[in-house]
Parts: sequence; C-alpha cells; structure tokens
Amino acid sequence: MREITLSQAVNEALAEEMRRDETVFIIGEDVAEAGTPFKVLSGLVEEFGTARVVDTPIAEPGFMGIAVGAAMTGSRPVVDLMFGDFIFLIMDQLCNQAAKTHYMSGGKLSVPLVLRTNLGATRRSAAQHSQSLHALVAHIPGLKVALPSSAYEAKGLMKTAIRDNNPVVIFEDKLMYQEKAGVPDEEYLIPFGVANVKREGTDITLIATSSMVQVAEKAAEILAAEGISAEVIDPRTIVPLDEAALIKSVKKTSRAIVIDEGHQSYGVTSEIASRLNEKAFYHLDAPVLRMGAMDVPVPFSPALEDLTVPTPEGVAANARKLVAGEMLDGEMIHAA
Amino acid sequence: MSTSKTKNSAQASAKHNAEDFLRMYRQMVRIRTFEDNANQLYLSAKMPGLTHMYSGEEAVAVGICEALRVTDKITSTHRGHGHCVAKGAEFKEMFCELLGKEEGYCRGKGGSMHIADQSNGNLGANAIVGGSMGIATGAAFTAKLLGKDDVTVCFFGDGATAQGLMYEVMNMAALWNLPIIYACENNGYSEYTKTAEIAAGSITGRAEAFGIEAHTVDGQDVLAVNSLTEQLVERCRKGEGPFFMELMTYRYHGHHVGDINREYYRSKDEEKDWRENKDPITQFARHLTSEGIATEEELEAMQAEIKADATAAVEYALKAKYPDASEVDMHVYAA
Ligand SMILES: Cc1ncc(C[n+]2csc(CCOP(=O)(O)OP(=O)(O)O)c2C)c(N)n1
Ligand SMILES: [Mg+2]
Repeated sequence: MREITLSQAVNEALAEEMRRDETVFIIGEDVAEAGTPFKVLSGLVEEFGTARVVDTPIAEPGFMGIAVGAAMTGSRPVVDLMFGDFIFLIMDQLCNQAAKTHYMSGGKLSVPLVLRTNLGATRRSAAQHSQSLHALVAHIPGLKVALPSSAYEAKGLMKTAIRDNNPVVIFEDKLMYQEKAGVPDEEYLIPFGVANVKREGTDITLIATSSMVQVAEKAAEILAAEGISAEVIDPRTIVPLDEAALIKSVKKTSRAIVIDEGHQSYGVTSEIASRLNEKAFYHLDAPVLRMGAMDVPVPFSPALEDLTVPTPEGVAANARKLVAGEMLDGEMIHAA
Repeated sequence: MSTSKTKNSAQASAKHNAEDFLRMYRQMVRIRTFEDNANQLYLSAKMPGLTHMYSGEEAVAVGICEALRVTDKITSTHRGHGHCVAKGAEFKEMFCELLGKEEGYCRGKGGSMHIADQSNGNLGANAIVGGSMGIATGAAFTAKLLGKDDVTVCFFGDGATAQGLMYEVMNMAALWNLPIIYACENNGYSEYTKTAEIAAGSITGRAEAFGIEAHTVDGQDVLAVNSLTEQLVERCRKGEGPFFMELMTYRYHGHHVGDINREYYRSKDEEKDWRENKDPITQFARHLTSEGIATEEELEAMQAEIKADATAAVEYALKAKYPDASEVDMHVYAA
C-alpha cells in the first residue's frame, strides 16, 4: 500500500468530498493561498476556488457562527480552527448553538458541520497552543468527537464526518502531520463508534486515543520483551464510543490502563475507566488506571513540558505493577 | 469630536533633551539586537519552539513606552519582545525565558509568547490574538477604582481588530472613561494575509464609532509616536481617556521565524523598500547626527556595547539551568 502523511490524508479526504458534494466548503484563517500554517490544505484553493476555500479575518466566533447558519440551510461547512486551544473562543457557537439545534427544534433543523482542529503538547508552544481539549466538547450532548491516530484514520474519519448530519469535531495530533502511514488508493470510510484493535494481547488492555496510541504501542513492545502481553485498542471516536469492544477486551485481559492526552481530571480517561468499572467490574483483577496529561497548564520549558505527557516507559511501568498485583498507592508513575 | 490626524517629527515637543533622545535610540537598538540574537538562536536550533520577531517596529514600542512610567501598565502580543524591552526588561532574564531556563522572567514556564515582566508593569505577551484586550481594559479599571493615575497601553496588531472582544471592551472603556490607550500596530499583515483583505472600512473609524478619539501616526518615526503618546497619556491621567492610536509600521521578518518563503504573500521589493527607506533606527540616527546630538562614532560605540551585552546574556542563558522537575506542578494555584 502507498504511504502518505496525515496532512496529505486530510487533504485528500477534503478534496474527494468537495468533488463529490458541491455544498461542502472550507472556512478559516489562512486556509486558501497559505493552506494553513501546517500546510494541510495546500492546493485546495487552486482546485475549488476562493468561494469554497474561504479565508477569514481572525474572528473565530464569527466564522464559527456563520458555519452553523450555513449548515442549517443546506451547506456542509468544514471549519478550520488553527489550534485546538482556540476552541475556548467558539464555545457558544459550538456548544449552545450547533450542538443543541437539532434537539431544540424537535429534530426539524440539523447542523451538518465539521470542525477540524488539533491537539497535542511537546511542540514547545506553551500553555495556549498545546492543549488537548477534546473532553470539553465530548461532554456536550449533540457533538460527535473523532480522534484519528494515523493518516489512515484521518482520511476515513474525515470522510465520514463530512457525510454525518451532526456537528462533528475532529482533533488531529499536530505532531503527526508529517508522519506517514499506509492509505489505500481506493475510497474508504471509517464508521464512527468502531474501535480498532491495534495489537492483540492477553495480560492487560491499553486503551489509547490519538497521540497516545503510539505511546501505548511502544509500551506494549517494552512489555512484550518482559513476557507481558498487552492488547492495544484505539476507540477512534470517543462520541460515539465503542464501549462493547473495550469491555470485551478487558473481560479477556482483566486489567486496563486508559491513556489520553487531555488533562487527567474529569477527562476522557475518567469516563472510560468508569464505564469499565460499571460494566466489567467482576472481570477485573486490578483497578483500571487513568493516564492523562498532568493537571497543569502546559509549561514552555522542555525540561518541564516532557514531564506532563504520558510516555511509553511510564505506561509500561504502571502496567508492570498492575500485572504483578501491586497496589498503586501513592504516586502514579507519570512520565517515567 | 474625534478626528484622525497624522503626526510627524516636526510636531515633536521640544522639551526632550539629548539624554531622552539617546535613551530612545538605545532602546530601539536593544530591541533590534535582541531580535537578531533570538533569530540566530532559532536558526541554530538552540531555542525551543517558534518566535515572532519585532524587528522593524521598534519605534512603536519605544515611542510609546518612553512616555510611560514604571507603574503604568502595558499588555503585549505574540510579537512581544519589543514591548518587553521597551518597558524596561533586562536581556539576561529575557533570553533565559526564551530558552526555558529557571532564571527567565516566568521561570521558563511562559517562553517567548508569554513573556511578562511584573516589575516594570508588563502584564504579559499573549498567544491568543486579541486576548489581552480585556486584561488591559481591566488594568485601566483598577486604576480608576483605586484612584491611581496609572495609564494602561494595550498593544495589538491590525489582525486583532477582527476580534469581537475589542468592541466589547472599547464600548465599556468609553462608557466609563477608562485611562487606556489602544495601540494598534498596523504592520500591513495578519499572518499571511494583507490587512486590506481582513479589515473592512477604516481602523480608526472602529474606535470613533464609540466616541473614542483616534489618531493615525507614522510608526517608523519614534519622535512622532512619543510626542503623541505623551499628550494622550497626560490626558488619560486627567480622566479624559480612552484613546486609540493606529501606528503604521512593518515587520521585517516572516510572521514567525520559520516563515522563510513568503513571496506568495508579499514581495521582496516591498520588504527592501521598508528596510532601506523607512527603517526607524536609521532614520532616527540621521536625526541625531544632523541635530548634533550624537556623532556617528558615538552611535556605533553604543551599538557595539549593546551587541556585547546581548552576546553575554545569550551565553549566560545557554549555560543557565533548567527549572527543577519539582516546578512542574508549582504555580497552578496562587497561595
Ligand atoms: C485567537 C487566535 N486566532 C489565531 C491565532 C493565530 N495567529 C497568531 S498571530 C496571527 C496574526 C496576527 O496578526 P496581527 O494581529 O496583525 O499581529 P502581527 O502578527 O502582524 O504582529 C494569527 C492569525 C491566534 N494566536 N489566536
Ligand atoms: Mg499585523
């Protein structure tokens, strides 16, 4: 299979959907000629023109609101939000307007829009350009949330998102834009709510999202060398969540760590851990562990920033303890 | 009531003495030198992350900050090194911050985009475009509430005028006569887009709609900027604020240090024209020598001294230590 970057995969998904459906348009800052600061959209304005690849002023609530209205009236906007951190600026339009319109109208109006943005720390971009804020929107009923973990997922999930009749928020890992993965030439879509078992195992389940999938896979390698067999599962969308697949795996392995780059408290890891607790408790041999980003604003200094995100070594260290039946009282090993 | 007018050096107040002029020159050269070193640190991969250079816009920060007291406040932007130097910051602590070292102004936690200098009234750079407009207006609110005569200057770019927050706070500042000056650094570009493509109508007209007196000034002319600011600051202290200034200027580098190939959005000729014909430092040097305030040799000696200072500060910062791991969860909450 050919290999392309995550950035190219997103670009292809958008181009294919824009060719297929003339109501699809892109709106955001420096999306046209500049193709975004990450160059993800390069070439699209040449093919689709400035009427469908729309550059805006730096007015996030404004263009988000325009997208909501456009979506309610027959268009399919793909909103480009340059950094996930800017989601705080558009919260009203996203959460009070887009998320609730279908319900409030008794199912008569709908908001088929995609919000494309990103997550991920360790780019030395400090506290306002490094956050992973997907749990915030996952909390709001009416919004779907996709977290692609490679170029393959990025393309398939984007195409599904554009065809979905609901507001969908896609968070891309900004450190992965230049990473390649196998992506078929033929068209494919990845359905929402279907987890992907990345690696099979029998001793412990590592449930990981987005940027943390690779961390979990590396941890599984480390553990394999020590004779511990870890299963790695990527939910791919956290709303809807493929609860059945996660529960099935945990029933098999009897142990689990949930790893996600959002802040640990009140986050994605807590939600998944508590569902496992509710639905697989009698199959568990150890408490389900959460590993999120440390509950601190992302520090600039490399010496501090690297401590805030789970690492393969940290995951492996915790897994080792769980498998050995040791209690994790006191300090959780974060980024060993 | 509110008219836009362009000021120039001819109107500069005569009360400045040679010392003031030389300090303004020194501060502009310090900013340029700081940025040259920061750029070098980036190019040699010694600086983590990205940074936005202020080179070319020095007369704006210096002309304004030289009209302020230490107790007056400023808020800054992602392009914030110039404001920080102009408000009185030291090279050593600044370079330490850019490199994420413990001795930096923010103990390495903020970096280039969040550099702040509490001791000199710099409430901080901001990585959210327009994000400091509320903060600046709040600082002016404090001054009024506590009966102080402090003035706040809110620096922001032309691109930031697209943010709704600006209109909300200008409305309140005007309603409540807050002692604030909104200083729009119009460098012609919002990231990779020309200002004309992102701002409909006039920039000063936005403030005037709220009854705020607005001025347009040549941001490459440090004396013009300084004399206008001095007048507005005095009037703010008397309760006549708020005011709005649009400062016409230019950034020499890319949007950030990594923005190297930029001919698709602006021409090399345009860049060359600003550098060669409108440079704030060269223009002011010419003024100083022609007025007999300093000789070329004296100015060169000053530049050399500043260069040596910067080199020493960079060397210090490169060797300085990173914050201890225990700092990572410190300062999340105030005691
Ligand atoms: C809310 C928000 N949107 C977008 C960005 C990305 N961004 C950073 S600087 C910038 C351009 C700012 O232009 P301007 O205000 O004119 O300042 P300049 O860079 O020209 O000094 C943009 C779009 C951001 N940091 N914050
Ligand atoms: Mg600008």
